[in-house]
Amino acid sequence: MSRVEFMQGNTACAEGALAAGCRFFGGYPITPSTEIAEHMARALPKRGGVFISMEDELGSIAAVIGAAWTGVRAMTATSGPGFSLMMENIGFAVMTETPCVIVNIQRGGPSTGQPTRAAQGDMLQCRFGSHGDYSTIALSPASVQEMFDLTVKAFNLADRYRVPAFVMADEIVGHMRERVTIPDAVEIVPRRKLEPGQLPFDGGEDGIPGFAQFGSGYAVHVTGLTHDERGYPDTMDAEAHDRLVRRLIGKIESARFDIADYEVENPDAETVFVTYGPPSRTVLQLLHDMPDEGIGHLRLRVVWPFPEFALSVFANAKVFLMPELNMGQMAREVQRHVDQPVIPIPKLGGDLHTPAELKQALEAYR
Amino acid sequence: MRREVRLSGFGGQGIILSAVILGRAAALYDDKYAVQTQVYGPEARGGASMGQVIIDDQPILYPEVTDPDIYVIMSQQGFEKYGVRAREDAIMLIDSGLVHSRPRCRYCDIPATEEAKSVLGREIVANIVMIGALVATTGVVSRTAIEKAVLDSVPKGTEELNAKALQRGFDLGKRACNL
Amino acid sequence: MTAEEWYRADRLPHIYCAGCGNGTVINCTLAAVEELGWRREETVFISGIGCSSRAPGYILTDSLHTTHGRALAFATGVKLANPGLNVVVFTGDGDLAAIGGNHFIHACRRNVDMTVVCMNNMIYGMTGGQGSPTTPPGAFSTTTPYGSGEPAFDLAELAIAAGANYVARWTSYHVKELVKAIAAGMRTPGLSFVEVMTQCPTNYGRHNRLRRVSDMIEYLRTHALLVQKKERLVQEGKTVPDEMFTVGELVRRNRPAMGVRR
Repeated sequence: MSRVEFMQGNTACAEGALAAGCRFFGGYPITPSTEIAEHMARALPKRGGVFISMEDELGSIAAVIGAAWTGVRAMTATSGPGFSLMMENIGFAVMTETPCVIVNIQRGGPSTGQPTRAAQGDMLQCRFGSHGDYSTIALSPASVQEMFDLTVKAFNLADRYRVPAFVMADEIVGHMRERVTIPDAVEIVPRRKLEPGQLPFDGGEDGIPGFAQFGSGYAVHVTGLTHDERGYPDTMDAEAHDRLVRRLIGKIESARFDIADYEVENPDAETVFVTYGPPSRTVLQLLHDMPDEGIGHLRLRVVWPFPEFALSVFANAKVFLMPELNMGQMAREVQRHVDQPVIPIPKLGGDLHTPAELKQALEAYR
Repeated sequence: MRREVRLSGFGGQGIILSAVILGRAAALYDDKYAVQTQVYGPEARGGASMGQVIIDDQPILYPEVTDPDIYVIMSQQGFEKYGVRAREDAIMLIDSGLVHSRPRCRYCDIPATEEAKSVLGREIVANIVMIGALVATTGVVSRTAIEKAVLDSVPKGTEELNAKALQRGFDLGKRACNL
Repeated sequence: MTAEEWYRADRLPHIYCAGCGNGTVINCTLAAVEELGWRREETVFISGIGCSSRAPGYILTDSLHTTHGRALAFATGVKLANPGLNVVVFTGDGDLAAIGGNHFIHACRRNVDMTVVCMNNMIYGMTGGQGSPTTPPGAFSTTTPYGSGEPAFDLAELAIAAGANYVARWTSYHVKELVKAIAAGMRTPGLSFVEVMTQCPTNYGRHNRLRRVSDMIEYLRTHALLVQKKERLVQEGKTVPDEMFTVGELVRRNRPAMGVRR
């Protein structure tokens, strides 16, 4: 028996984490994400889990990574300023292949910006924000139900690919309330265990090493330094560094067909909207209001790794329109993959594009 | 049909809770769809607070309120900030003891706070009186649905008081509004 | 001492300079671990960045070599998620007192059940000898070419004020006392902080006329003032020289602790 509730997006995110088996939350209060921490603070102790309010976001993500190495599913939730503070340790999680989930309820930036208004301004930061080359996984929910579903999915992807996974939500889906169905049980994809005789950082065929949690007797050494397959620092060998970084990127990018999650409408269309998160809903409204216009729509639930192959579904496309709650961050990525013009339709300030605004853009660029 | 409801008053009146209750009634007990949003500004603390609900028989795609057709206004500041520009064919329910302005659109005076104080003995349930009047007037959700949603949203031990407040709202709405 | 079996033989030789005090501190820590009879598979060594923080990489247990200053936050996550693990953090004065200062005071406040061993060599050693928050006033370094103009942090006093259940300070000269102190810290539930004043002849000594290892150790020995002796001096109304630091067990108490194995 699943249960149906009328719930806030942030609460649904926390419920998704709990359903996925998350048993450690380390965080620091920040608007507009705090309801997630508050819900976890109430729920985790009842489930034998740990909630801790750390001294800052640097400590939050550090504690989450530490907890993850004991084998538990662990997460944090934050917003822009806290996300910026987490960047160094996010790189550490990438380098040490630590599965964990980072929820960013995006708000208007730069800096303190608009604490209570929505934005999608951290879409490139979640991909490129820490120093060095790497790849991560990022999901973008457009409804309260997806706040639940995609949080569950983020845990599974994080464990499957040994990588930090981001739920790149925003104040709109974080704070709105909608009906949500919470199933009794969700699918859990476990971390692949380290097999005896295997090295803890040997990626094998798919580039994903087995996981040796602390206390399991493998005496694994985990370091953010460039390391060999044993996990031992090897910082001067150019070949070792090249091999490691290529594997960290390759294990994600080569799996992007499996990780991809998107919806396509009107693949024959000449004018195609590409969206993720709440702007998707304005486009869906437009499609609903103008059913005979043959407007194309690619709605991404997984934003990173970017599924460039989904763009080629639109064989007749003449122009791609991208309403985003930023100045055109993902439009850059789309333009990288297509010859047709990609038109960013930026919206700043916290409100969603209205259907009228997108209709106007449609008329201007089709 | 898509209905957009906007509620405003001052912090502490239970404006946001009212919006949530309305959304719950539609989404959980009327088999409709609902999206509830609210303003999260610092002004919500003591200043004008505002909550909104979209209710539809169809899935709600665009989730923001653009031009509400139903208003519940429980403070003068709330009227000035969130009610004064109501379109002419909108319906506005006004807590007549607290708001002295009147809109250009159709409206009805509901002395909710006064009723809550004098008849029910607790000012705190004025918002529930308003919801009752809203449902009686607009039928935006069913009476059964709103009854259930009120009962599962209010603190334990206050169910009877709130049920009474809701009933009082039904009566006031029916009597005061000849729309 | 049979600490040998705790070393990752395939990681040696280590990166420490000749005459470095860190090896002594690692040895003393492992001696304490042996005294307690901890099992390797139940013990995790955690560190941040710096010379001190390379230590876990030489020890044959699960080990987490993290980012600069954050070791205690990582360790908090490990210990709270699995209180069955024994957690030891190796850190240095730059890692702990500068970039990680906030995590330090909060870990002490929470009194998370772990042992923190700080190798305080009064310098940023790994980056080549820059002044740190524990560089003594007047001491020379590559970034204090005219002598440090800042007061130095007293890390042990900081830990006491912030709430750690066990606090002791010794030097790399006082190896027997150090082993005892670390073992006592490990036995005490809550956060145990053991500060070890240690020599960095390469990057501290050479700027401060203490180029020879023996000179540096002599400096540590002669500047260490047993806490009981200090108290006596104070009682007798005598002045305690500014350049001296107290050694000994400075606090042992029973404040509520987090992450204690049930």
